[in-house]
Amino acid sequence: MRDVSLTVNGVRHELELEPRELLVYVLRERLGLTGTVVGCDTSSCGACTVLLDGESVKSCTVLGVQADGHEITTVEGLARDGELHPLQQSFHEHHALQCGYCTSGMLLAAASLLAENPSPSEAEIRQALEGNLCRCTGYQNIVDAIQAVAS
Amino acid sequence: MIPAPFDYERAESVEHALSLLAEREDAKLLAGGHSLLPLLRLRAVRPSLLVDVGRIEGLAYVRDAGAAIAIGALTRHHDLARSPLLQEHNPLVSRAAGLVGDPQVRHRGTIGGSLAHGDPASDLPAVLLALDGEVDVAGPDGVRTVAARDFFLGPFQTAVGQREMVTEVRVPKLTGDHVWSYLKFRRRAQDWATVGVAALARRSDGGVAEPAIALVNMGATPLRAVAAEAAWAAGEDPGALAAEGTEPPSDTNGSAEYRRHLAQVLVRRAVAEAAAR
Ligand SMILES: Cc1cc2nc3c(=O)[nH]c(=O)nc-3n(C[C@H](O)[C@H](O)[C@H](O)COP(=O)(O)OP(=O)(O)OC[C@H]3O[C@@H](n4cnc5c(N)ncnc54)[C@H](O)[C@@H]3O)c2cc1C
Ligand code: FES
Ligand code: FES
Repeated sequence: MRDVSLTVNGVRHELELEPRELLVYVLRERLGLTGTVVGCDTSSCGACTVLLDGESVKSCTVLGVQADGHEITTVEGLARDGELHPLQQSFHEHHALQCGYCTSGMLLAAASLLAENPSPSEAEIRQALEGNLCRCTGYQNIVDAIQAVAS
Repeated sequence: MIPAPFDYERAESVEHALSLLAEREDAKLLAGGHSLLPLLRLRAVRPSLLVDVGRIEGLAYVRDAGAAIAIGALTRHHDLARSPLLQEHNPLVSRAAGLVGDPQVRHRGTIGGSLAHGDPASDLPAVLLALDGEVDVAGPDGVRTVAARDFFLGPFQTAVGQREMVTEVRVPKLTGDHVWSYLKFRRRAQDWATVGVAALARRSDGGVAEPAIALVNMGATPLRAVAAEAAWAAGEDPGALAAEGTEPPSDTNGSAEYRRHLAQVLVRRAVAEAAAR
């Protein structure tokens, strides 16, 4: 076991972790933050995407111990004071989700993109979503939603 | 989905990492984890100790080293893609790094891990081979430098021994006379290359000199397409000879025959793209 300190959505947590615990399970099972989901076994789907120090990562492919001392943002950390994050609001308005399984990962992948490139082109948005699969929407409305926030 | 138990140590320095590696025969280094963690999750490898080198200070950099650009082993694909120094002096590396996996993968994966892993489907090994780059490998007896052509020994086998660690990678600076291309064919976004091609040459007397063409996923290691290089220099069609001497795999992304065809088409396109620069 190893002592790990994680700041998740601005709240600091002191945890004792087994080294093999994946960050996604630390978030879901230790901290109860079930907005981050697991969609595959192969690091492909991006449903588990969170921000690590502001950059998108697949939390199924990061160990909890690797995140020690770092800041994590999950989908639960996007809304502020009861107000949806602009990306969440835009996903809502553009009908950018159907079943919603991919949505938290899509939102955080988009947040990571916009933090680095506040006005991406449509092509840049599509490239930024290469690591996130959606089985329902066909992506177009997701791209529209992100573009609306970007411009 | 959940790895088998392992011990975990954090290396403070290269020396510390090497001493931890020496303690156990089945210890493995952990850098970005984007090749190793998927294997651990599938329990395809079961090291009893992971030595996390991800926090060693001063191993993530892109530096001007005179005739070469020096890259620290822990430099992430994302930082290679964005490095102004590489964009200016060796855009082949930054271009290829920007095509690795997807943004999340590039935020974690490192050049040292990518090379040491020795996956013939990876992008950066072929780029290093086309560039005749070199790799510093630290071990119990000090640091040795391995040329790219001696580095890749077989599928997932490299010149890096169990008790060694890659510390730095060097690639030459390209000049205004250089022409280059990196093309990667994949059926889905984020995938590894079904086939990839790195092409590089120097413009000379209306043709090219010092041609280099390296292939991704056309054999057990990244390969130089020697016959195609000679054709390129001679002003002939390099595509026709691109698959000569290769032994491409057959898998769900394509048969060996399809890969040979792809290599021919991609080499032709890469050379045309390079010439247009
Ligand atoms: C979904 C997905 C898609 C991907 N797509 C691509 C792609 O298109 N193209 C591509 O090239 N790669 C791809 N990758 C692999 C990615 O580039 C990896 O990051 C890279 O291959 C390994 O780097 P790492 O730092 O993550 O290494 P790790 O996973 O930490 O380590 C890999 C191996 O190298 C060893 N190692 C690590 N660092 C060192 C070092 N400094 N010295 C000696 N040994 C070391 C480890 O012990 C381990 O055996 C993909 C990965 C994923 C998960
Ligand atoms: S669960 Fe699919 S990428 Fe993490
Ligand atoms: S909305 Fe169902 S997977 Fe994207």
